[in-house]
Amino acid sequence: MAFNYEKYLRIDKMPTLWCWGCGDGVILKSTIRAIEKMGWDMDKVCVVSGIGCSGRFSSYINCNTVHTTHGRTVAYATGIKLAKPEAHVIVVAGDGDGLAIGGNHTIHGCRRNIDLNFILINNFIYGLTNSQTSPTTPQGMWTVSQKNGNIDPTFDACALAIGAGASFVARETMLDPKKLEKILVKGFSHKGFSFFDIMSNCHINLGRKNKMANAIENLNWIDSITTPLRKWEQLSDEEKMNVFPTGVLKEVDAPEYCESYAQIQAAAQGKRAKLTQDDFEKKI
Amino acid sequence: MSRIVISTGNELAAKAAVDAGARFFGGYPITPSSEVMHESSDLLPAVGGVAIQMEDEIGGISAALGASMTGTKSFTATSGPGISLKAEQIGLGFIAEIPLVIINVMRGGPSTGLPTRVSQADIGQAKYPTHGDYASITLCAGSLTECYTQTVRAFNLAEKYMTPVFMLLDETIGHMHGKAELPDLEEVEASIVNRAKFEGDPADYRPYDVPMNEPAVLNPMFEGYRYHVTGLHHGPTGFPTEDAEQCEFNIERLTGKINTVAAEKDGLDDLPDYEEVLMDDAEVCIIAYGSIALGAFEAVQKLRAEGIKAGLFRPIMMWPSPEKRIHEIGERFGDKIMVTELNMGQYSTEIERIVRHNDFTRLLKANGRPIAPAEMVAKVKEMM
Repeated sequence: MAFNYEKYLRIDKMPTLWCWGCGDGVILKSTIRAIEKMGWDMDKVCVVSGIGCSGRFSSYINCNTVHTTHGRTVAYATGIKLAKPEAHVIVVAGDGDGLAIGGNHTIHGCRRNIDLNFILINNFIYGLTNSQTSPTTPQGMWTVSQKNGNIDPTFDACALAIGAGASFVARETMLDPKKLEKILVKGFSHKGFSFFDIMSNCHINLGRKNKMANAIENLNWIDSITTPLRKWEQLSDEEKMNVFPTGVLKEVDAPEYCESYAQIQAAAQGKRAKLTQDDFEKKI
Repeated sequence: MSRIVISTGNELAAKAAVDAGARFFGGYPITPSSEVMHESSDLLPAVGGVAIQMEDEIGGISAALGASMTGTKSFTATSGPGISLKAEQIGLGFIAEIPLVIINVMRGGPSTGLPTRVSQADIGQAKYPTHGDYASITLCAGSLTECYTQTVRAFNLAEKYMTPVFMLLDETIGHMHGKAELPDLEEVEASIVNRAKFEGDPADYRPYDVPMNEPAVLNPMFEGYRYHVTGLHHGPTGFPTEDAEQCEFNIERLTGKINTVAAEKDGLDDLPDYEEVLMDDAEVCIIAYGSIALGAFEAVQKLRAEGIKAGLFRPIMMWPSPEKRIHEIGERFGDKIMVTELNMGQYSTEIERIVRHNDFTRLLKANGRPIAPAEMVAKVKEMM
């Protein structure tokens, strides 16, 4: 059966504002296909985005959508989810949005392990504003804000999410939309903070000055810096430095924040005793 | 009937929020407002609500705005530095028309300033807290009772006008501990305003397609009415636009729904925008607000005991200011007006704008200390 795009997309908002060949469209398509697999009622889905090319993501999905300020997606989504825990909330942010200006909210969203689905569209650059350095721009690359080469060390977004306490962390690229869809379904099904580092291209504003001016060259580069986790584990420490593992990197059961908060409500209403350290497996 | 309680201003503000129907608090610790969060963290879960301490001030207001979009009445509380941090999100609240109550317990500034000391230097910030054009609604509590009643009013105004509303306390009144007479809960509940809802076919729903000077009609999320919320200029269904005519309409409507309506209807609701004490036969008028008005009240009595017929004008609705009445006071008292406030003259400038002269007296202080009634008495005597 043909996929019912009209059910999931705001067709009247097409074509998208994204450049030709941009990976954002591929990620959008995988996302709505994953939502379809989940069988979610679109009236109960909320997509929250921030500022940047990824910020427009929310406007194309036919559900409850919020285009927030730069970097604050997770904080807005936390309020939405806590107020309506039964809702399905997807957060979309770019590498600048989610790791630089919004880094603090990303860290604490992971730490709370609130049931949000956080899609980091990681294209290694500030694309919308013409090529400034982002926290994932590789060292030595040209950016408009570091015309003599970027010296800033880069973030490993997944390592950050794992360290901060997200209970589901995965990395994938937009090179294989079916694989991406599958991993999104896996994360969407997971209870807790699901963090997806999805590597994408920006041949226009990353590629042009870094010897990958067309989409294919940019995609080939993404392919060259990623490998499935099982293969990555076989690499030497030196090789690992320059290759990102893909797939599910962390998947654990951990208390979800809204469920924990329900315990606070029960205690405040006298339905259970106040919480003490005995209520938690992890004491420190 | 009424209720008598012994409490603090900050705690009464939190209590009022819950009684007004608020079910979400997002905030971050800051002196001297933290007790609003402390109290909320106890009161809200008990009624099925949520109080969350976020990772920073920006996170606090962002979570509260997000919760409000779901139709949950929400609030945040902070002090001057927190407002500075929240500024950008307040702007999203203005342009996207998200109801929210922002309690600001004022302390000395700028920057970290005087964290534990009283100030009224955020009056100007409450009018223009963020970039761009908009109109702010700002209330200021002048007693413990008003920490409660005006906070209830702030929620009602936020819902009625679909906008963030500032509830100003100051360190003195926030931390003041004493007896307060509160209206009965039934009375409060009867006064509650809930935001308008569109009840028709979702296909016909256009949340921002409203006439000039009227607020948007934003249905709660997840109830079958899908639309887009954005901080960008937007058209009737909430989607971004750069259309010049639409943008002009947006700004005129955002400012007009508050300023024009207040001017035309002489206020935004039926409640008093100011209080007047012993003004009928007064020959000199003291203008004061917040905790300073408590001292001014004492000064008026002392002056009268000494034969000087003084009166007190205390604005409650700071923005939009009770312009008509202030203008009348200007006409009546001429230069026999003394404005006293804990800043370098932020509200005095508003008085000057309305009375159209600069001949009145200012008694100002910005060192973190209150103004004693004796200082006010001495200053008024100099005027006479």
